[in-house]
Amino acid sequence: MSEHLEVLKTYKIYVGGNFPRTESGRYYKVFDSEGDLLANACLCSRKDVRDAVKTARGAFNGWASRNAYNRGQILYRIAEMLEGRRAEFEKQLSRIGFTKAEAESDVNTSIDRLIYYAGWTDKYQQVFGSVNPVASAHFNFSILEPTGVTGIFAPENSPLLGLVSVIAPVIAGGNVCVVLASQAYPTLSILFAEVLNSSDVPGGVVNILTGKKEELAEHFSSHMDVNALLYTDALNTDMKKMIDENASLNVKRIVKKNIEDWYSDKSQDPYLLLDFQETKTTWHPVGF
Amino acid sequence: MNLTDFTTSVPIDHVAVEERVSRLNKRSIKKGSKVQALKLALSMMDLTTLEGKDSPGKVIQLCQKAKKPYAAMPDIPTVAAVCVYPNMVKVAKDHLKGSGIHVASVATAFPSGMAPLSVRIDDTKFAVEQGADEVDMVISRGAFLAGEFNLVFDEIAAIKEACGKAHLKVILETGELHTYENVRKASDLAMQAGGDFIKTSTGKISPAATQPVTLVMLEAIRDYYYKTGKKIGMKPAGGIRTAKQALQYLVLVKETLGAEWLNNELFRFGASSLANDVLMQIVKQETGQYQSPDYFSID
Repeated sequence: MSEHLEVLKTYKIYVGGNFPRTESGRYYKVFDSEGDLLANACLCSRKDVRDAVKTARGAFNGWASRNAYNRGQILYRIAEMLEGRRAEFEKQLSRIGFTKAEAESDVNTSIDRLIYYAGWTDKYQQVFGSVNPVASAHFNFSILEPTGVTGIFAPENSPLLGLVSVIAPVIAGGNVCVVLASQAYPTLSILFAEVLNSSDVPGGVVNILTGKKEELAEHFSSHMDVNALLYTDALNTDMKKMIDENASLNVKRIVKKNIEDWYSDKSQDPYLLLDFQETKTTWHPVGF
Repeated sequence: MNLTDFTTSVPIDHVAVEERVSRLNKRSIKKGSKVQALKLALSMMDLTTLEGKDSPGKVIQLCQKAKKPYAAMPDIPTVAAVCVYPNMVKVAKDHLKGSGIHVASVATAFPSGMAPLSVRIDDTKFAVEQGADEVDMVISRGAFLAGEFNLVFDEIAAIKEACGKAHLKVILETGELHTYENVRKASDLAMQAGGDFIKTSTGKISPAATQPVTLVMLEAIRDYYYKTGKKIGMKPAGGIRTAKQALQYLVLVKETLGAEWLNNELFRFGASSLANDVLMQIVKQETGQYQSPDYFSID
């Protein structure tokens, strides 16, 4: 037998349940904490955003109409799969500078967070929905419906826990998303895509792109078929202004959350789920 | 003119047809030429509704869309025609009066054609009396596949006569003809029997229009033109949903028949959902922003 040569993984993007390369053919180098080359990641373009949004839109009705219990099962399943592949995640986290203990607790908390939102899937409707008192012979109630296709700029410095923490509340509420991964640490996001892909999450519900926010923010924010945009890192004034202006075109919901500590209570909150819900109020006539 | 001997096949090189299509599909059409092509595609469209649940309301809505495809852009072209069942022709005709948009009607016991010839002729006459400018007929595929070419030929000729001044489009229903040879043969037959247009499909059978089948039909049209000097029109229908596909079809036409065929007198798209995608792409080109179906009328 000849000596085994290590087979390195090609990190591609995750769109519609597949792992294509960027249509642009471009890539950028990703380094580990020692400054050694870790991977070549796809440098996504405008057209990748377009394709991902189209795919996400196609998956929306199916996902939104899954019953709450089923969405909970699937989120729980993601947690199970992540648990099964924790060694790989811990190894990858340690490559980018996490200590053994930090890596372990990052994975632990990510798993817990998925289960936390899995639990919320069949409860948020009761907590946030309402029966409203009205002064006429109507039964008046408000229920929540998912906002739709959500763009997400994943946190730059928390490539696993931060990523999980922004995706989970969005999909738990029946939305679909197109995520732009951490630019410096995209490998974790693609590893997580592999977990999603083996967790009964229908293709297109979560799509993960890698690349530069400066290039893609314009396309995320101006796309008329993107209904909401979530980001947690501070953006420079120009980009923020551009995003706000573009969002006005289709009255896109822009959600900015100031979260730096992904272990804090703020980062695990049913109100994050509520941010991506629209309220529908119904007046139903009743006789007495 | 001597008729083709329909019992002998025109040989078709399957691999070459598909290869040529895939090569032509790689043409990149951008910016100014893209907008021009998209607007052309819109002007070639037969907006179609052929459902059992069609109502006057639905047809009126479609006519409004035909006249004004996108209210925010009044300068974009109208579509070529509205295509409906015979009993909806009058409704469409009334609502398109003065717009220059034609009313096309499917007839001859569409989509199967499984009715006596007399019934199919009456169906055609009814559509024409109601005001149809164009008639889309179906051929008897069963008879064609059984080799009864004379019968099919005579039927088309009889329907052509019943059409009077109305243009006749002959639907070959290529999804049921199985081979490119049959498609070619049916195209030759339909043109020689008097069809003004040849059309791929009813839209009720899968596969509907495909690009290789369209290429075979376009080549039949080209050969017929060389032989007789008569220009026959082409209408792919069914399954064309995206602006990108529409542009690919236009490239096929341009490369096979030339720019003379690039107008709605000689080329049509039979489609219903294509219009919105073409509109969305036109708006994208004008504004720079990718569009959402949420902001376009449902037809």
